[in-house]
Amino acid sequence: MIYQKDTAEPSYLDYKGKYKGIFSWIFSTDHKRIALLYMFSILTFFAIGATLGLLMKFELIAPGRTIMSAQAYNAFFTLHGIIMIFAVVIPGLPAVFGNFLLPIMIGAKDVAFPRINLLSWYLYVTGVSLVVISQFTGQGPPDTGWTFYAPYSFRTAGNMLPAVFGAFVLGFSSILTGLNFLVTIHRMRAPGMTWLKMPLFPWTLYATGWVQLLATPIIGITLLMIVAERTLHIGFFDPTLGGDPLLYQHLFWTYSHPAVYIMILPAMGAISEIITTYSHKAIFGYKFMIASVLAIAFVGYFIWGHHMFTSGMSGTALYTFSLLTFIVAVPSAIKVFNWIATMHQGSIDLQTPFYWAMAFLFVFMIGGFSGLILGSLAANVHLHNTHFVVAHFHFIVFGGTGFAFFGAMHYWYPKITGRMYDTRWANIGLVLFFIGFITLYGPMFYLGFKGMPRRYYDYDEVFHAGNIVSTMGSWVLYSGLVIIVINLFASLKSKIKAPSDPWGGKTLEWTIPSPPPVENFEEIPTVTKGPYNYS
Amino acid sequence: MYSTTGIDASNFVSTFNTSFYFIAGISLFLLTGLTITMLYFVFKYNKKKHKVAIQNEGNLLLEITWTAIPVILALMMFYYGWEGWKPLGKVPANAMTVTTTARMWSFSFRYENGKESADLVVPVNTPVKINLVSLDVIHSLFIPAYRIKSDIVPGREKVMWFLPEREGDYDLYCAEYCGLRHSYMKSMVKVISKEKFAAWLGDTTTLAVATTGTTPGEEGLSIMRIQGCLACHSSDGTKIVGPTYLNLFGKQEVVTRNGTDVTITVDSAYIKRSIFEPNADIVKGYPKGLMQSYKGKISDADITKIIEYLKSLNEK
Ligand code: HEC
Ligand code: HEM
Ligand SMILES: [Cu+2]
Ligand SMILES: [Cu+2]
Repeated sequence: MIYQKDTAEPSYLDYKGKYKGIFSWIFSTDHKRIALLYMFSILTFFAIGATLGLLMKFELIAPGRTIMSAQAYNAFFTLHGIIMIFAVVIPGLPAVFGNFLLPIMIGAKDVAFPRINLLSWYLYVTGVSLVVISQFTGQGPPDTGWTFYAPYSFRTAGNMLPAVFGAFVLGFSSILTGLNFLVTIHRMRAPGMTWLKMPLFPWTLYATGWVQLLATPIIGITLLMIVAERTLHIGFFDPTLGGDPLLYQHLFWTYSHPAVYIMILPAMGAISEIITTYSHKAIFGYKFMIASVLAIAFVGYFIWGHHMFTSGMSGTALYTFSLLTFIVAVPSAIKVFNWIATMHQGSIDLQTPFYWAMAFLFVFMIGGFSGLILGSLAANVHLHNTHFVVAHFHFIVFGGTGFAFFGAMHYWYPKITGRMYDTRWANIGLVLFFIGFITLYGPMFYLGFKGMPRRYYDYDEVFHAGNIVSTMGSWVLYSGLVIIVINLFASLKSKIKAPSDPWGGKTLEWTIPSPPPVENFEEIPTVTKGPYNYS
Repeated sequence: MYSTTGIDASNFVSTFNTSFYFIAGISLFLLTGLTITMLYFVFKYNKKKHKVAIQNEGNLLLEITWTAIPVILALMMFYYGWEGWKPLGKVPANAMTVTTTARMWSFSFRYENGKESADLVVPVNTPVKINLVSLDVIHSLFIPAYRIKSDIVPGREKVMWFLPEREGDYDLYCAEYCGLRHSYMKSMVKVISKEKFAAWLGDTTTLAVATTGTTPGEEGLSIMRIQGCLACHSSDGTKIVGPTYLNLFGKQEVVTRNGTDVTITVDSAYIKRSIFEPNADIVKGYPKGLMQSYKGKISDADITKIIEYLKSLNEK
């Protein structure tokens, strides 16, 4: 093909292919379009999940019935948990920003298997639908909690099979994405981009890829066991058949704990990119950042038992799980130190994504520290299954992954859309969101400490004050959220076109036009320097 | 919940506190320190004041320091947690034994002499060992004031113990999600003096409260409170998860028996059957498998008392 200099290749948004309209999206194998498919699906599910959360908080503003029945509350937290975990934060950053940016950041034209990439989106949609539908097709309404603990879940719903099958399909989608990324990173890096010249976001996707690949089969095994138990009556989990409910918990958490790392590692990668770009300074301790990501991914496999400290495991198991839980905190601490050290003597441009990164650091630290408290055996015995845990995981998962997601959204927005967003509204949204977040979840630490169990529709008067504050926080948070999202959509019509490198970033995505052309690079670049070369 | 006399509610309060405040203290210190450092850098190295960044790609000594210090801190935290946990597994030999039976959605407590109670009544300063039994799904016995909880797993033998050190009433909650009325599955720990406890325990008519009453059927009500029937059945016409007891006796209703609907009259034999074989006849509109059989747990004499109570609820 002869390339003509004056007619630049169309951007991936303008490109006209075989299909038209919506089909040009849902049949596209372009990694950038698939990323946006994920983005819209995830945002839709997030809106549903967040609304359920808002309603739950409203119910909890006073003891007794406020707006819904106990049955409805139980159904709400179940759906909320399932949607947020399986449909929002697990795919979250890898599926959206990983898909969009991984090939670009390593100088490739697409992922290794573009068709499989599209297939994983279909599997994702199918899996989420299965899980959600399964919750309505059993004998009862959905009310097992997102953990589906045996034997309760077997007794009430009888729709465990489709639910776990849905989770398995989702897992498959996740395996395919992971596999795709692993192969892409191994085989398609631009000439000259050695492992130690690769930016940190691809590095975290690499570690995540392995976790996705290795942890997900466990959920497959669990599914087979449930099938065998339901159809052949071989007792695995159900005590009435001679099974052991704790075995279910072990299997569930062997998958679901590493899943937490699928959520958080890419978030750490995105934050690294944001901090170094706006500090205009190379990331501090690049190799240690990589080592700590790999360490977290590895040790993360062996700490699932900390979800089961009060369930009656042996002393040795408790000992080991608790020790490893403390150990896994160390690499996260190293990351925090390096992020802050990156700011030292930088030249910091206070743009919205940088504020998100600062907010991320703050809530991530609180989430991590409260995790240490929960990892301590003596403290866990009191705090397990209370609102302290609810606060902890919202701080880590919502505060960690969620803040990083919004940070990444604003950071790469110009690249993805080719427009600049309105900074003032973005910042107002952020401030409201942050204040709301702290007011919503902060009091839950206190409530849990005082002994309010989680998954409680009704509570004693001692817990009233804390719940009022927390509920008001949810309103502030929600308003912030609405402003942020409206601003991003409204800015699509903005007249200010984004240059190829609005922030002064050094990684490869900032060397190509915004929005990127279909093939990303006119000519595959040759990499000679490290990823954060500012000198 | 908190002591005004300086005496903790239980022996585990101080072990919890040691490890909680140790970690929380260090965390708060680090959180504040790191946040202030971050804010200071952001302020000081703002691009307006600090136009050109000074590149520095890392420092091995710093990395080693901030790896080593967290490792040491983490190990110390782990150690306190482990030390504080150990006594939980060491039940004193002289402990008094109580067996708790958890079912959706109530606890009941049985003492060694056979006495049953809906509240956990214990003498002060006496170690109490609790055998944990669940009849249906996983529950968890949680006493916030004592800083302990333990899951109650069906089919598994488990115990927990504590030493109540202060008289008073303390909340006891179910802390493992167990279905519709999970948040109503609660009870009380009542810590009383040793003398009062001896008198209470010695009164083995089970129904210490009811025998003093004179209203017909009050004994039946106490039995049902202890057996946890009231978690699912009301006496005032409201539907919890099972049918209400109000106007039940003598009523005509439709039940599903082996898949076919039959109309029956609620009489003494039917009630007995409902209690011993709850899944034989399922009242129309209600779920199967929720109510457990009480065979071997309630005597025929007690059933007569329950029926007497049900009769007393009929509005004339
Ligand atoms: C976990 C909740 C639960 C508990 C605890 C429970 N029940 Fe039930 N009970 C039900 C449900 C649900 C039904 C209706 C379905 C059926 O017939 O089995 C029912 C039905 C009954 C009926 C028949 C009512 C009718 O309208 O025909 C009687 C009588 C009864 N229960 C008595 C008791 C007694 C006595 C106890 C305590 C010893 C008790 N139940 C404990 C849930 C419960
Ligand atoms: C939009 C704001 C949100 C609000 C107001 C909210 C609120 C709540 C509330 C009230 C509960 C129930 C607590 C209980 O009774 O035990 C809950 C549970 C939960 N939330 Fe959120 N939440 C929000 C966002 C999120 C996000 C982003 C995630 C993503 C990980 C998330 C994950 C969960 C999970 C996993 C549970 C546990 C469900 C269960 O117990 O089965 N939430 N949330
Ligand atoms: Cu319970
Ligand atoms: Cu419960």
